[in-house]
Amino acid sequence: MTFDLNLIWYILIGILLTGYAVLEGFDFGVGALHLFARGDNDRRLMMNAIGPVWDGNEVWLVAGGGALFAVFPDVYATVFSGFYMSFMFLLFALIFRAAAIEFRGKQAVGWWRNFWDISFSLSSIVSSFLIGIALGNIIRGIPVGADKEFRGNFLALIHPYSLTVGLMVLGAFTLHGALYVRLKTEGDLYKRAKEWAKFAFLFFFALYFGVIFLTLVQAPHVSKIFRDYPLLDAIPVLNILAIANIPRAVSKSRDFEAFLSSSAAIGLLMAFFGVGMFPNLVFSTIDPRFSLTIYNAASSPKTLRIMLIIALMGMPLVAAYTVSIYRIFRGKVKLETTSY
Amino acid sequence: MDVVLLSRIQFALTIAFHYIFPPISIGLGVILVIMEGLYLRTKNPLYERMTKFWVEIFGLVFLMGVASGIVMEFQFGTNWSYYSRYAGDVFGSLLAAEGIFAFFLESGFLAVLLFGWNKVGPQTHFFSTLMVALGAVFSAVWIVAANSWMQTPAGFHIVTRGLQPRAEITDFWALVFNPSSMDRLLHVLLGAWQTGAWLVISVSAYYLLKKQFENFAKASLKIALVLAMATSVLQLFSGHFSAMLVSKYQPAKLAAMEGIYEKNAPASMSLFGYVNEKSEKVTSLAVPNGLSILVHFNPFKPVPGLRNFPRSDWPPVSITFQSYHLMVMIGMGMIGLCMLGCFLWRRGSLFTNVGVLRLLMVAGVGPQIANQAGWVTAEVGRQPWIVYGLLRTAQGVSRSVGAGQVLTSIMLFACVYALLFCLFIFLLVHKIRIGPVETAEGQGSTRT
Repeated sequence: MTFDLNLIWYILIGILLTGYAVLEGFDFGVGALHLFARGDNDRRLMMNAIGPVWDGNEVWLVAGGGALFAVFPDVYATVFSGFYMSFMFLLFALIFRAAAIEFRGKQAVGWWRNFWDISFSLSSIVSSFLIGIALGNIIRGIPVGADKEFRGNFLALIHPYSLTVGLMVLGAFTLHGALYVRLKTEGDLYKRAKEWAKFAFLFFFALYFGVIFLTLVQAPHVSKIFRDYPLLDAIPVLNILAIANIPRAVSKSRDFEAFLSSSAAIGLLMAFFGVGMFPNLVFSTIDPRFSLTIYNAASSPKTLRIMLIIALMGMPLVAAYTVSIYRIFRGKVKLETTSY
Repeated sequence: MDVVLLSRIQFALTIAFHYIFPPISIGLGVILVIMEGLYLRTKNPLYERMTKFWVEIFGLVFLMGVASGIVMEFQFGTNWSYYSRYAGDVFGSLLAAEGIFAFFLESGFLAVLLFGWNKVGPQTHFFSTLMVALGAVFSAVWIVAANSWMQTPAGFHIVTRGLQPRAEITDFWALVFNPSSMDRLLHVLLGAWQTGAWLVISVSAYYLLKKQFENFAKASLKIALVLAMATSVLQLFSGHFSAMLVSKYQPAKLAAMEGIYEKNAPASMSLFGYVNEKSEKVTSLAVPNGLSILVHFNPFKPVPGLRNFPRSDWPPVSITFQSYHLMVMIGMGMIGLCMLGCFLWRRGSLFTNVGVLRLLMVAGVGPQIANQAGWVTAEVGRQPWIVYGLLRTAQGVSRSVGAGQVLTSIMLFACVYALLFCLFIFLLVHKIRIGPVETAEGQGSTRT
């Protein structure tokens, strides 16, 4: 293994997608829990808790997708055309979600708000689940031929492993969302979010071990690197510690610590799979030699270098915007006339 | 139907729907900067009211752009995966740059623009407005550069390594500043500024006709009319330069735009007309030798016609011809209306002239139609190429996606977008009907 541009880009794409999972994860989670909040006021609080940030969070997906297109075009081409229908459903869910957030507050009629409440919640759940299914397929591998094309159909993507990962991702995001609601609300909603966090934690925890177990059985190529380099076992250990710290922090009402722990848990989970997959971006279940790696799927070295310059210029700016927005809108959410 | 045609229809449908919104965001962005800037300078509460009202409309439009825009980022991969492999190295880089330099900037400061009135000081708020407007322009820069690479590819070489040839960057700046990108960017931005200005003109004219919020409407109308006047005249020149580029780099497209079949003859310029693709005849009201004059400043110099090129390289002639002429006609109409508006404004009778106000109100959709027609000209006229002269559209399509899948997604897009469009119009009209009063007083807002 050499520390070259391809490896750097593997890490940078990982960072972009992890940023997406950590940031949009909680706003999907808030959406998934939305219908459990009762009454218009609480639902508005939920939606406005993510109001100023959800759009920026989604940009991480767009940037991740764009970067993938630029630096690993074969992966972008194979995965998006291969997962055609699943991605279309994800896109429709994301469109409906955006519409629900923007439209809900624009009319005061009951049925209007109910419709968008349901749309917001369902689209958040569906998006989380579909992202999980895609992740599950990437980890386990998909049928990719020698021509780098996906050889299969929609049903080839639906199997116990991908469904379990899908549910785990839904669980992780819901937990993450409940912890975000704890950060942003007060009073009754704050108390109820604790209950949500408890249930979501149990749901996630069970599925987490389910996924670990199934990964060892169904995707042995992922665990190989951990056997070869035992030091890397620090990642799953830290991951479990981060997860275990969540209930502790919640019970002591250390809300920020709980939220940070679940962010770390999601980040480490991504790191775990990222390390396990290396150097493959798409593992071929037909023949491992057909897998798309950081070398055979990459753009030219010159382009990787140009993109690195762009990333080095852009990422500090992105970090600055992100930090300042979260700072400006820190604290408990208050409804105003300009709120959703 | 085959998967190529279906994928083209889907791309056309999704991009056409998406492109309703970004021009308004870009254009309204500039107007918001002007209005809020005036407010900061004069502290006149009228300007604050104007800013807050248009910010709400901006928010709605921007969101529609975000919702429909995410599709575009992934559609190259889903439907045009061969093209994605072919051009990812060059084209993908520009798209990624757009994400990193434009979208993060826009989305971050948009939050302050929409929700930050009481969270930050007026200077910071103004700065955010400025950054959102700038972000929208950055977005246009990268996306037009990417599209222009497909029109006039530069800064790359073709390398075959493995299974298929692909384009790789040789000179990044030559790629960004490819021969057509700057002229086309100007054309797109002017079109967007016109669109934003005309939305404001249209709504202001409506209020004046209704005799509601008259001070608000007069002030908005004046700002927008000045912007519309300046941009529509500049657009005339920008359009000319764009056409010159087409004549230089894409002569077959120019021939289709003007319906010129004849080989190397002095060409006339049609004002409007009809193309019979079967008999290869154009019936039109035309300026004799007009095209030769525009291209060469010489009425007798020949211009290549479609027959200069193999038939397999012809774009669809009729669509290109009609969309081009529709765009030009609207562009001229916009100039005329701006001149009329400014003339009546100087005479002091603009705000009471019912006939002209009605005309201005209706003309608000003009730039929208012209934008769409312009892009149809650019993209249909580029056919049969996906990358001009290098890769055919039919080759670019995904190999692992079937016609049934694309048909399903087209139908879903059509339903979802029809619903979204109706809701958007409904909410926009609703917001306009309510008007600016309530936002200014900060109570009884619709968002209770």
